[in-house]
Amino acid sequence: MTFLNAIIVGLKEIAANKFRSALTMLGIILGVSSLVAMFAMTQGLENGLREALVAVGGLQKIRVEAQPVPTEQRHLRDFATGVTLRDVYALQASASEVDVVSPEMRLDSSPVLSANGRTYRTFMTSGVWPVQVELMEHQVEHGRMFTEADDSDARNVCVIGTGIRDELFGRPEDTGNPVIPLGRTMNINGVPFTIIGMFEHYESEMDRKVRLAREAEAAAARAAGPQSGAKRDRGWRGGGRQGNFAFWIKNNTVYLPLNTMWMKMKSGQTNGPAEPRLSNMEIRIRDVEQMDRALTQVRNVLLVNHRGIEDFAFRTQEDWADQIQSSVRNARLSGGLIAGISLFVGGIGIMNIMLASISERIREIGIRKAVGAAGFDIFTQIVVESVTVAVVGGLLGLLCSRLVVWLISQVTPTDNEPVITLGAMAFAFAFSFLVGVLAGLFPAFKAARMSVIQALRYD
Amino acid sequence: MALLELRNVSKIYHTGGEEIRALDDVSLELNNGEFISIIGPSGSGKSTLMHILGCLDLPTKGEVWLDGINISKASQRELARVRNRTIGFVFQSFNLLPKLSVLQNVELPMVYAGIGGSERRERATAALNLVELGHRLKNRPNQLSGGQQQRVAIARALVNDPKIILADEPTGNLDTHTGEVILNLFRQLSIQGRTVILVTHNPEIAAVTPRRVEIRNGKVAERVDERLAGLHRQAAAGMAAGLGVPG
Repeated sequence: MTFLNAIIVGLKEIAANKFRSALTMLGIILGVSSLVAMFAMTQGLENGLREALVAVGGLQKIRVEAQPVPTEQRHLRDFATGVTLRDVYALQASASEVDVVSPEMRLDSSPVLSANGRTYRTFMTSGVWPVQVELMEHQVEHGRMFTEADDSDARNVCVIGTGIRDELFGRPEDTGNPVIPLGRTMNINGVPFTIIGMFEHYESEMDRKVRLAREAEAAAARAAGPQSGAKRDRGWRGGGRQGNFAFWIKNNTVYLPLNTMWMKMKSGQTNGPAEPRLSNMEIRIRDVEQMDRALTQVRNVLLVNHRGIEDFAFRTQEDWADQIQSSVRNARLSGGLIAGISLFVGGIGIMNIMLASISERIREIGIRKAVGAAGFDIFTQIVVESVTVAVVGGLLGLLCSRLVVWLISQVTPTDNEPVITLGAMAFAFAFSFLVGVLAGLFPAFKAARMSVIQALRYD
Repeated sequence: MALLELRNVSKIYHTGGEEIRALDDVSLELNNGEFISIIGPSGSGKSTLMHILGCLDLPTKGEVWLDGINISKASQRELARVRNRTIGFVFQSFNLLPKLSVLQNVELPMVYAGIGGSERRERATAALNLVELGHRLKNRPNQLSGGQQQRVAIARALVNDPKIILADEPTGNLDTHTGEVILNLFRQLSIQGRTVILVTHNPEIAAVTPRRVEIRNGKVAERVDERLAGLHRQAAAGMAAGLGVPG
């Protein structure tokens, strides 16, 4: 008996008992769709977490931070230079594992920004080189990033993120028009700067949806005409810092040229050493796999520059990445296990129905054997029937999984959009196939072992 | 050489520590083209003999030679192959698969013989034409009369061109007239050179075959009851009751 024949017989058997087959398949359908939905949710979780990691520069980015001199070297502290531009040049010249180095000099205290008649105490303002844009994965949407000429001339120009724009010039969602404050003057701690560029708005996928919904809402409100009477504040609406912290920080960027920062904001104000000290350097290494090698190399170069004084430290995103890895793995494992159990229960349903089916068909099995079916033929037939039920159920389950995912995202909107991957679908389908085979084995074995004579006599 | 030969065949069942000899040292030879009936009351071991002749079962002792091959030691798989190619079964209760059409039922042995779809259809149609049912191919068995169903079963038994047709009470569920039609069909098959074995408890039916073997208490009653030899229909009707000797 050919395989194709067995499949046709199996399909006919399913068609002959439609309701029963449908009920049996339901177990598999639910199992497969919940398995796919589970994977979709964890995939969404992973995507959300990775999005944030990429937003801060990914794993390849390492920060070198200035540190106090360690205790055992305290007697040398007067020789400590801190992180300076000399380190940047040294790394560029001699650290082969380093791709890009970008110095950063921050204002020590939270600077006060003022423009447009408003003030905003931001938490960080940095003097950087233009290359910082590339390293921090910034995208200049309006205007331009300052150039090396701006830097060497120490011009009073700055590039801001949309978060600063929102605070000082208003949100486009509220006004209904794009707000692009290019050319406007912004005071940083009282020093006037011209805004020459603005980054794009960074947000997670989910935030983007929320924002678009708000925009639509606000547009509808504006279309309804100006509100008459007293202004009504509808109260707290979840705060402006919606969504991911990493994106919020990124949107609150203020970049000045490094020289401007040093000459206009710092040199007159500190009593420190004449050499401009950096707060930190951002480094991008060439190969994540070679991180340890790169760190050793950077350390060696810096130690030479720093006369052996270890007044710096590294900060990588490894822990963050590991944490993402492990939390995703945990979610996948526990979710997959639960969904897998439900698929397994579906398999038990198939086995049950196959057992019922063969005891209904004892006589048929006897007849088939009498006209020449070998035990193996009967075995194949039953397994194929079982697999057919499972596979048809599995395919329907894949279709249903879209529905389940939609349902889940409607009932509990999370920060992360569930993502159905091809891999998850393939895995769930393969699992349903396996369940079909396993569920068929025992009934098939039983049917194949049946004695011809007794089967023929059976009424 | 005999087509089918039983050499000192015994079949022993053990039930509750008790030994039951369903067949006891039976030897039998069937030649090619013979038309033979096996007769015996119920419980005589007639069914057991039929199972062994039909390769549905293996003997406890003794040897079964079919076409020069000793099949008493054959595996289940080999037995299935013999049932498929060498023996055609016709049962009292027809044993057609109710979910399949007449044509599909007749195709079934060829499915297990691994014959391709178009050839199957061709040969099954030819076999059904032979039993004059070429016009009922698409019907389900339960849409046919008993006689028609038995003819479908005969077509199924013939379709793999077996050497032996083994019919177990083929007329048991049919009225007298239909039964005669079926018996005629067997006679024709035998004339065409097939070995036909009729298993029955009815001497009237056994009377149509030239050779008769009677089974009693698991043994071949070597000389068939004198009264059975050359039995005529009228006589048989009267004697039928008397032959129901308890086993």
